Amino acid sequence: MIDKRVASAAEAVAGVKDGAVVLVAGFGTVGIADDLLEALHEQGATNLTIVHNNAGNGDTGLARLINSGRVAKVICSYPRSGDYSAFLNAYRAKTLELELVPQGIISERMHAHAAGLGGFFSPVTAHTKLAEGKETREIDGVLYVFEKPLKGDIALLRAKKADRWGNLVYDQSARNFNPIMAMAADLSVVQVNEMVELGSLDPEAVVTPSIFIDRVVVVGAKA
Amino acid sequence: MTSSDKTATYKPLNRDQMAWRAAQDLQEGAYVNLGIGMPTRAASYVPDGREVIFHSENGILGLGPKPEPGTEDENLIDAGKNYTTLIKGGVFMHHADAFLMIRGKHLDVSLLGAFEVSEAGDLANWTTEDPSFPPGVGGAMDLAVGAKEIRVIMDHTDKGGKPRILKKCRLPLTAPGCVKRIYTNLAVIDVTEQGLFVREMVEGMTLEQLQALTEPKLQLANNWQSLTPPAMAA
Repeated sequence: MIDKRVASAAEAVAGVKDGAVVLVAGFGTVGIADDLLEALHEQGATNLTIVHNNAGNGDTGLARLINSGRVAKVICSYPRSGDYSAFLNAYRAKTLELELVPQGIISERMHAHAAGLGGFFSPVTAHTKLAEGKETREIDGVLYVFEKPLKGDIALLRAKKADRWGNLVYDQSARNFNPIMAMAADLSVVQVNEMVELGSLDPEAVVTPSIFIDRVVVVGAKA
Repeated sequence: MTSSDKTATYKPLNRDQMAWRAAQDLQEGAYVNLGIGMPTRAASYVPDGREVIFHSENGILGLGPKPEPGTEDENLIDAGKNYTTLIKGGVFMHHADAFLMIRGKHLDVSLLGAFEVSEAGDLANWTTEDPSFPPGVGGAMDLAVGAKEIRVIMDHTDKGGKPRILKKCRLPLTAPGCVKRIYTNLAVIDVTEQGLFVREMVEGMTLEQLQALTEPKLQLANNWQSLTPPAMAA
């Protein structure tokens, strides 16, 4: 019997190695796997590369990992969101590297990896500073910039409901990066509010099919 | 009063009036992305009876108005990370599809804020290069290349009264040659291959006065009109 449920967030993030690339879903404070991030802090892996839209908020989750010196690099589109003091301090102290990537390019680079593609040409960033040093090609008179695929060693995800196979549905705008990151990591781990019986999710409404999910942990509804 | 009267006096639009003006051009059936800040205000001023569908980069098609106090949903936010609502018929999608809509010219209009716009329609709206802060680009560069039409809403000059419509942008570009129409607190200006055409100016303003606040040469469109929004609290 396939059963991807694990008993705790600690079990969900077991095995993350130093230097791992961690895909952290969420936009602002919505759709972030807060419990898995805390568990990763306890787990101890360091020298991490974090892929996330923003760069942590307050002193919990990703911000806590940064404050504890566990993050070597952040790949994000917009670090200046909410209380990003943890990131700002590390950035100013030059203890952390920033790779700034436009928001739609981060998601498409992960999508490319998930689809088995070696990258893609995009018009975004053409003729701008962010294209410096990158391969370009003119196609039908338009300048495109080559973007490489982006792969995670682990993805930390949050969904509303799962079944024991790992089929997932989300809650409104908390979907955001979750389905893309689920497809783009070697190990995809999801915290869900609710576990439901296999067969009870509407097959037409499942957003992430179970093939992309490795571990599921129930953490209860967000307070 | 003629447009060459040098003694004319005028009153700039306030931010809600600017948003109102931009909203008047959003057509029935249009799919529109509104940038963070002032562009977002335009949603409130779509003329009654017009169905315009707003897109949000974080995976919403059919963005509604701000929720009533007490009805906020923690999992329903807009691109500015403020609580929002979903209109009837609205849907959610993941980030890659949200940006596919942006990049793939599926949106009719993208209405963006800007620091500077050049006479060629170059857009600078992502960084002021302040060395004490990390840069952030968010969805700005995706939005600037993707929609069928890119429009900008911004103050005509900076806080010191210097032009923000320039021959060449001084700040790093978000995208070249993308802006088609500029709404400012003084005028509505179209960017064309023949140069910048003033479609509307606030009442009492002369072309000379507007030109003095604009670096590249302005031409007055033949059918130009007075820009006269309804009175609105600033």
